[in-house]
Amino acid sequence: MIQDILQYEFLQNAFLAGIIIGIIAPLLGVFIVVRRLSLIADALSHVTLAGIAASLLLEKKFLIFSGLNPLYMGMVFSVGGSLFIEKLRSVYKHYQELAIPIILSGGIGLGAIFISLADGFNTDLFGYLFGSVSAVSRADLYTILFISVFVIAAIIVLYKELFLLSFDEEHAKASGIAVKSIHFVFIIMVALVIASSMRIVGILLVSSLMTLPVAASIRIAKGFKQTIFYSLVFGETSVIGGLVLSYYLDLAPGGTIVMISVLILVITILIKKINSARPVKMG
Amino acid sequence: MNSGQPIIEIKQLSYRYEKENVLENIDMTVPQGSFLAVVGPNGSGKSTLLKLVLGLLKIQEGEIKIFGEDIHRFKNWHEIGFVSQKANSFNSGFPATVYEVVGSGLTKKIGLFKFMNQNDHRKIKAAIDSVGLTKYMNQNIGELSGGQQQRVFIARALVSEPKLLILDEPTVGVDAQNVQSFYEMLENLNKVRGITLLLVTHDVGTISDKVTDVACLNKHMHFHGKSEEFEKLQLNEMSQFYGHDVHLLSHEHEHHHEGARK
Repeated sequence: MIQDILQYEFLQNAFLAGIIIGIIAPLLGVFIVVRRLSLIADALSHVTLAGIAASLLLEKKFLIFSGLNPLYMGMVFSVGGSLFIEKLRSVYKHYQELAIPIILSGGIGLGAIFISLADGFNTDLFGYLFGSVSAVSRADLYTILFISVFVIAAIIVLYKELFLLSFDEEHAKASGIAVKSIHFVFIIMVALVIASSMRIVGILLVSSLMTLPVAASIRIAKGFKQTIFYSLVFGETSVIGGLVLSYYLDLAPGGTIVMISVLILVITILIKKINSARPVKMG
Repeated sequence: MNSGQPIIEIKQLSYRYEKENVLENIDMTVPQGSFLAVVGPNGSGKSTLLKLVLGLLKIQEGEIKIFGEDIHRFKNWHEIGFVSQKANSFNSGFPATVYEVVGSGLTKKIGLFKFMNQNDHRKIKAAIDSVGLTKYMNQNIGELSGGQQQRVFIARALVSEPKLLILDEPTVGVDAQNVQSFYEMLENLNKVRGITLLLVTHDVGTISDKVTDVACLNKHMHFHGKSEEFEKLQLNEMSQFYGHDVHLLSHEHEHHHEGARK
């Protein structure tokens, strides 16, 4: 396999992109999960699908757009969708979760219309839905790299603000933190990471890479930093393991990655059970 | 310390939600170094008063001065620590240690784009120590008891070294046998560390001998002065203050009697 990776550029792209996504998706995922926003990732991934479908439609109908990378349009839609969610959340103050089904169904509806307008796509729409090892181009890789540098830098620099916002939003507001701006940066990051991850994991499975490693990590971690650390380890293990397995067994990488995350989750639940069953020394 | 200037000065403050007056012509001062308890029954406007003082609600009538400055111009919010009533209704599954939660109290003071230094870490340890939780520093906060969690939130408020600490119903999550030691800890903060305390509670019975000043609120300010004077208040003045329930009860009682006679 190492030889294949050295030989084929598309495999290099897929693995490097996978390793990067294995870091940024669970990293943002920690904040998403503890803020109970897990479903936002789902809603945004469906909006991203609409963006990709729009891009593919333009590509098919108009020659000028033939070189357009669907990733960019996906990102535009995802960021737009995230802003729309925020708007809806402020309109429906008492039904904040309502924004999610609205955006989710809106995204999938729009995507379906674009797909039917194009009379179905000959391109690998399937790859966008469930992830594909062969789909990542060099240009994609550089875009993903650029986004991840931005996301990691933003999280390091805004770490203490993001932590406070996640733990106690009211206290953050009361102590004069620019809660709205921080949240805005955060939601833009989520939108960008979802769009970047979809090539490898696929739109339908993106949110699981953001939430499953975190769900496993929360079971065993002491403290927030440790939660982040384990989430990254679990995320990275799932991505690398999933890519290798899917390459050898010719499976969809997205599905394989997710199933490995599920396996890790089950193991951590079992470990916790076994540990808590053991008599604990008090003191 | 400039002992002449009160930390908070409230003049002729009124507030209404839609048509209902919640606060009417409130005057109140929080002198520097005091331990003031604001007491009043549920719905007496205590929470509204707190929100106004914390700048969470806009003033409709009257004025509030903090450290001598009009609240609209006041910027140094880190000089005020606040422990909200809802503090310990947080998500107890949140994966954060006591140390991390207390450290989050420094967020504003350290400032955007800056990181914690050695001195900040010292402050965090000192704050945890001052509420007696050093042993639990690296535990997840969800593993602690209600009273201990309340202390964590006090430590979080203390870590930015505020001059004034505001506590909203702080003993709600504290079991009865620990209330006394909880008040001792507060008294210690007030006397030893010189922090001015403003405590809000609906229960007159819980005001202990530890407080120096008392303010009784029920839409109007019924009493505002030293705790010794408060203790001398006549019983009937107190029943006037908490009157409605008492009157209603005796009326019903009479009706019942009359009905029985017939």
